[in-house]
Amino acid sequence: MMKVAKKIYMGLLYLFLYAPIIVLIVFSFNESKSRGHWGGFTLKWYAELFRDRQIREALYYTLLVAVLSTVISTIVGTLAALGIHNMSKLGRTVVLNINNLPVLNPDIVTGVALMTLFISMGLELGLVTMLIAHVVFSIPYVILSVLPKLRQLNKHTAEAALDLGATPSYALRKVILPEIMPGIVSGALMAFTLSIDDFVISFFTAGTEATNLSILIYSMAKRGVKPTINALSTLMFITIVVLMLIINKKSDKGENLLL
Amino acid sequence: MNKKLRLLAYPYSVWMGIFIVIPLFLILVYSVTTGDIHDASSLKLSGESYKKVLEPIYLNIIKDSFVLAAASTLICLLLGYPAAMIISNTNIKYRGLVLVFFIVPIWMNFLLRTYAWMSLLSPNGFLNRFLMWLGLPKLELMPGQGAVLVGMVYNFLPFMVLPIYTVLSKIDKNVLEAASDLGGNKIVTFFRVVLPLSVPGVVSGITMVFMPAVSTFIISGLLGGSKTPLIGDLIEQQFISSRNWHFGSALSIILMVMILISMAIMSRIDQNNAQEGRKV
Amino acid sequence: MGKVLIELKNLTKRYGDMTAVDHINLTIRENEFVTLLGPSGCGKTTTLRMIGGFEEPDEGEIYFEGKLLNNVPPYKRNINTVFQRYALFTHLNVFENVAFGLRIKKVPKHEIEQRVKRMLKMVDLEGFEKRYVDSLSGGQQQRVAIARALVNEPKVLLLDEPLGALDLKLRKEMQIELLDMQRRVGITFIYVTHDQEEALTMSDTVVVMNKGVIQQVGTPQDIYNEPINRFVADFIGESNIIEATMPEDFKVAFDGVVLDCVDKGFEPNEPVDIVIRPEDIRIVTNPDEGMIKGTVTSVVFKGVHYEMLIQSDYREYMVHRTMMFPVGSVVGMNIQPADIQVMKRGEAIE
Repeated sequence: MMKVAKKIYMGLLYLFLYAPIIVLIVFSFNESKSRGHWGGFTLKWYAELFRDRQIREALYYTLLVAVLSTVISTIVGTLAALGIHNMSKLGRTVVLNINNLPVLNPDIVTGVALMTLFISMGLELGLVTMLIAHVVFSIPYVILSVLPKLRQLNKHTAEAALDLGATPSYALRKVILPEIMPGIVSGALMAFTLSIDDFVISFFTAGTEATNLSILIYSMAKRGVKPTINALSTLMFITIVVLMLIINKKSDKGENLLL
Repeated sequence: MNKKLRLLAYPYSVWMGIFIVIPLFLILVYSVTTGDIHDASSLKLSGESYKKVLEPIYLNIIKDSFVLAAASTLICLLLGYPAAMIISNTNIKYRGLVLVFFIVPIWMNFLLRTYAWMSLLSPNGFLNRFLMWLGLPKLELMPGQGAVLVGMVYNFLPFMVLPIYTVLSKIDKNVLEAASDLGGNKIVTFFRVVLPLSVPGVVSGITMVFMPAVSTFIISGLLGGSKTPLIGDLIEQQFISSRNWHFGSALSIILMVMILISMAIMSRIDQNNAQEGRKV
Repeated sequence: MGKVLIELKNLTKRYGDMTAVDHINLTIRENEFVTLLGPSGCGKTTTLRMIGGFEEPDEGEIYFEGKLLNNVPPYKRNINTVFQRYALFTHLNVFENVAFGLRIKKVPKHEIEQRVKRMLKMVDLEGFEKRYVDSLSGGQQQRVAIARALVNEPKVLLLDEPLGALDLKLRKEMQIELLDMQRRVGITFIYVTHDQEEALTMSDTVVVMNKGVIQQVGTPQDIYNEPINRFVADFIGESNIIEATMPEDFKVAFDGVVLDCVDKGFEPNEPVDIVIRPEDIRIVTNPDEGMIKGTVTSVVFKGVHYEMLIQSDYREYMVHRTMMFPVGSVVGMNIQPADIQVMKRGEAIE
């Protein structure tokens, strides 16, 4: 009796979670433009999607910013984490508290604050400002995923390398970095997903010059539902699910594969 | 070696100063001044923006944002807690799968998830077609607060379930057995043992739902229409269309303070719980 | 006695206001097994870390084979260390952990292969080459750490509480193995521990430290039988420490009795501390045949012997005997002159 009730409850929750996604996917193949009416199967929205120059451009900006901001924030974040780990307790507390601000602050506040800064500095909003903004909110996550690995590290590990004849820079490259690599990789993955996923901060910092996918979807959606967005959503959703499954599969087999 | 590595923290400290501290400082400055934002010399100290916040129309919007976010947090808690319990009691063989199915929707872009509800809830949308087909009256949820609430619960439910699940799954089964050994029935065990132990998960779930809900402008922008703006929409307007940065900054500060206060309250609850736990 | 290998002169290390190591002098010879022993915070680990090069001394010198070692960085010292909790490289397998130092020295490949194999054989880890260190037990990780250090053929091996993380049985086994290894490779071991039993079992020389100061240096027998002060007596084994005076040479007076002893050279009536080990007190059933009278107040069976507390008119004595005397019985206690160790009055050397 309880078991059946539990199953029904979970079933209803899953229905709630998946109904919108399924409807979205189904209607991306709908011949009719109307949202409630099924007019037969078609792939024309997908075809239209690939012809759309605006969407191609937005995809380009999204990927460009994601890749660049991931590379920059991973490098800067890892180096900063190494520095912070070796700071005095007081300095570390101060730096980490400031570092946490973009994580704790609502995105909209981070977005308008950065926009205010860029405009006050006389910078033209566009690709560069969006990229800077993405780096700003990604670094804290990289630091937060690298620091625990540094803390887990036996405090004598670096000394052990020196003891065996390694110079400090050799010890850093061949021992410390490989030991904290899982943290660096998960920080990079986090930075990449956050950048791909971000709308709010991009919206305030990209201006009208560099429209990425999420900004484009927002402006299209505000004007009303369009079947091309259904097609785009379906493709993005499937890409993400496949990517995440691959990542999870790999990390299941052990962290070494992630390297 | 440690001393040299420490130097690596300094460039990032400068970066933080420029891109984290100064922007927030600017917002603070703009919120307490009036004048041309492009001309620093014209800025004058003024409480005008905060006075404007107190006008009934804006006060109502702030109140609405707070109430809607609180309501969606409560609904998420009521829906999510049982779900987290069911998942944590699921046979370990299927638990991973059950959990993954809860997480997959978050992998979809936030905008798209909200957009999906647009096609479901709109006056001629799928839901109403379905209701008509059943011979039931149409629901006029969208645009309006009802649709916003649905959108919030939908978007944030997994963020309530996950932390609660994490805490529940870590409760030592021996503790539950001890409780029943000491004569507690299932209900007593739940209220006296499981619930208090899960407070940290509930607290972080509430924070993770309430914070994005109170500051959103996507959900209200897409599902709420222009009739029911929230504080997020108001901030967006001030910075994008009305160009009243002073008022927008004041609203941002108020939003931050609201969130800070709720976070302080939550962490106090968490601490009290921990302390009481120690006393018992 | 071998040649002098390491000399510490007036070695001092301060952290803020705290003096961790306070002007210590110590000579360590070739092939010696030296143990730095003391409670936590006594400066033993700091001393070891200064020899390893991980801490810079604030004052004083470290000489290695007669040459000043102070400003030589750790990676240029012919000294290797086995760290607390081992500090193995978890991203490398067992073979690569052991080969780490040799690879840095650019030793030819086939030689690395040979030396690592030989070393793994010595620590009983043949066939573990490809395993990751995380998958090994505590005892096995310990052996990898020792192999990783010894493969570099250092003149000195520093060991910082290397057995601290192991359970009691494994500890005992590893103590014997380590000792055996030290005899075989024939190099100097400097060993840090807070476990007095470990120190007594393994060392040629024990250095007892407290509050950054060396209290006593000697063989395990010296340290145990002739502690120099109250601190050493208390720290090494269980003991009855009694405030007494020496009315004349070969006599100590306390609690209204005067007993014979074998010490001399103190001022007449000089206040001293005396140590009597619990196993050196004999019990006689007739209280009048004892030098000191007392009542048994507690008996605990310890496996080999009984630990009894006997209350005299002045104090409580701890006594270890294989024969049990029931609680409440009034007995006499006798002590041989040679079993009374007389020390200068005072807690410890400050």
